[in-house]
Amino acid sequence: MISKIEVNRKETLTKDGRRGRIEVEKLNLWFGDNHVLKDVTFDIPPNAVTAIMGPSGCGKSTLLRTINRMNDLILGTRVTGDIRIDGESIFQDSTDVIELRKRVGMVFQKPNPFPKSIFDNIAFGPRIHRMGGHSDIQQRVERALHHANLWDEVKDRLDDNAFSLSGGQQQRLCTARCLSVEPEIVLLDEPASALDPHSTAKLEELIRQLKQDYTVVIVTHNMQQAARVSDWCAFLMLGEMVEFGRTEQVFTKPRDPRTEDFLTGKFG
Amino acid sequence: MTTSPPPARKLHRTRFASSYRFWLLGIPLALFIAFIVYMFAYLFRNGLGVISWRFLTEPPLKGMTEGGIWPCIVGTILVTFVSLIFSVPVGVCSAIYLSEYAPANFLTRVIRSSIRSLAGVPSIVYGLFGVALFVSAMKLGLSILASGLTLGLMNLPWIIATAEEAINAIPGSFREGALALGTTKWEAIRHNVLPYAFPGILTGILLAVARTMGETAPILFTGVTYYTKQLPSSLSSKFMALPYHLFTLSTQHDQMMKVRPLAFGTAIVLLVFVLAFDGVAFAFRLRTSSSNKWQV
Repeated sequence: MISKIEVNRKETLTKDGRRGRIEVEKLNLWFGDNHVLKDVTFDIPPNAVTAIMGPSGCGKSTLLRTINRMNDLILGTRVTGDIRIDGESIFQDSTDVIELRKRVGMVFQKPNPFPKSIFDNIAFGPRIHRMGGHSDIQQRVERALHHANLWDEVKDRLDDNAFSLSGGQQQRLCTARCLSVEPEIVLLDEPASALDPHSTAKLEELIRQLKQDYTVVIVTHNMQQAARVSDWCAFLMLGEMVEFGRTEQVFTKPRDPRTEDFLTGKFG
Repeated sequence: MTTSPPPARKLHRTRFASSYRFWLLGIPLALFIAFIVYMFAYLFRNGLGVISWRFLTEPPLKGMTEGGIWPCIVGTILVTFVSLIFSVPVGVCSAIYLSEYAPANFLTRVIRSSIRSLAGVPSIVYGLFGVALFVSAMKLGLSILASGLTLGLMNLPWIIATAEEAINAIPGSFREGALALGTTKWEAIRHNVLPYAFPGILTGILLAVARTMGETAPILFTGVTYYTKQLPSSLSSKFMALPYHLFTLSTQHDQMMKVRPLAFGTAIVLLVFVLAFDGVAFAFRLRTSSSNKWQV
């Protein structure tokens, strides 16, 4: 069993200063002939929650998945423009996609725990990346679970199958798994869309905490959720960035009439 | 004026409609089961008498009118083993390539459907091909090796097809989840796909074993012999095998009626082998499908 260690989140997980700034510049993306993202330009600040919202099919998930280059897996994807993380382009020939995905973690729309024990789910990444011996891995697992607000619920059943957890717990488990390899940026792709309101509230609380240590980008079609959790807010429509700004500003004084129409429910 | 109450809804009605359909569909099945039961009963009634420890452990004696089938058991096991050594690694690797790495284009589709068709090619055709390739061209002669490779070739499409199916059944989210943690494609497959596809792959292999054991045609021209005094001493030896021994006893022997019980005994042993592997595969699938919580 793991010895109970006091975890100081600030000390153990904060990155040196404020890292994890993402600059998206004139990003265009095609799936085959389908022009999905059109000249998207915006800056995602570190240590903040940035929400990307917009109607279904507007390209918000695609934009998110471009940041850790998960779209590479889809055949016929073509990208122009640039995304820079801390000033470094992620589309260079020399870009190490493996390293990029370690730095840019991702939580998916549907909880996708692996059919392993809770412990092994979290230990999966650190083990593959050989991040230390058995006791190091144990500490990492415990730290990640603390950080995802899941430790107290699972500390006595780490050997249970992850599928025995509730949907909300599974999603926080997936968040912990993503944190276990110490990313700087956490991408969340509609993480609460499969959850009930209570689990959603717990997850949102977690998202607000994460920004202390990470750059958080969340995709959501739920504007109340964007208003609740985000500091910055981007509104995407038909692949175009219609508006980007502080969340209060976007919600109270939108500059673009299309944003206002979306927020007032004229379409959705 | 009062309205009459609505007629009571009938919860019970005659079951005739459903019952005649039951019989219509049930009788063919019952006939089939009866046929199988009869076949087994017939086999066991005629052959069980000769089955003894000596039958299983002695070679055929006195012009195959007495003695047992030990060399046939050994030969069948050896030749099946050789076929698996060839077909399992090649088959599983091909399946991994096809499901995970092959580009989704016309060529891949052609290859995939060719594999499916190859699985249906009559086994005697494999036998002929085995003579041409392994016995003659590769000069392996009539031998366990040539027969095993021929059987392996026959197995291969089946193993590729079932293994690919097992791999494709693993949800894409397992691969994606691993890749998002910064694993390489191979690490994602190795750690997060193959372990969960393994039961399905193994089931396919076990069924292939069961099928291989009973095949006669592929070994007929490539190394099996109706009688040898010695057990096979090397991979280049000829060998005896259960299905061919059964064929010899029941159609080629000059005292056919006298050796009939021995033929039935051989058939029982072969059947037990085949059913044992089928049964293991079945039990294995039952066990893993109940423990795979992700298979909803």
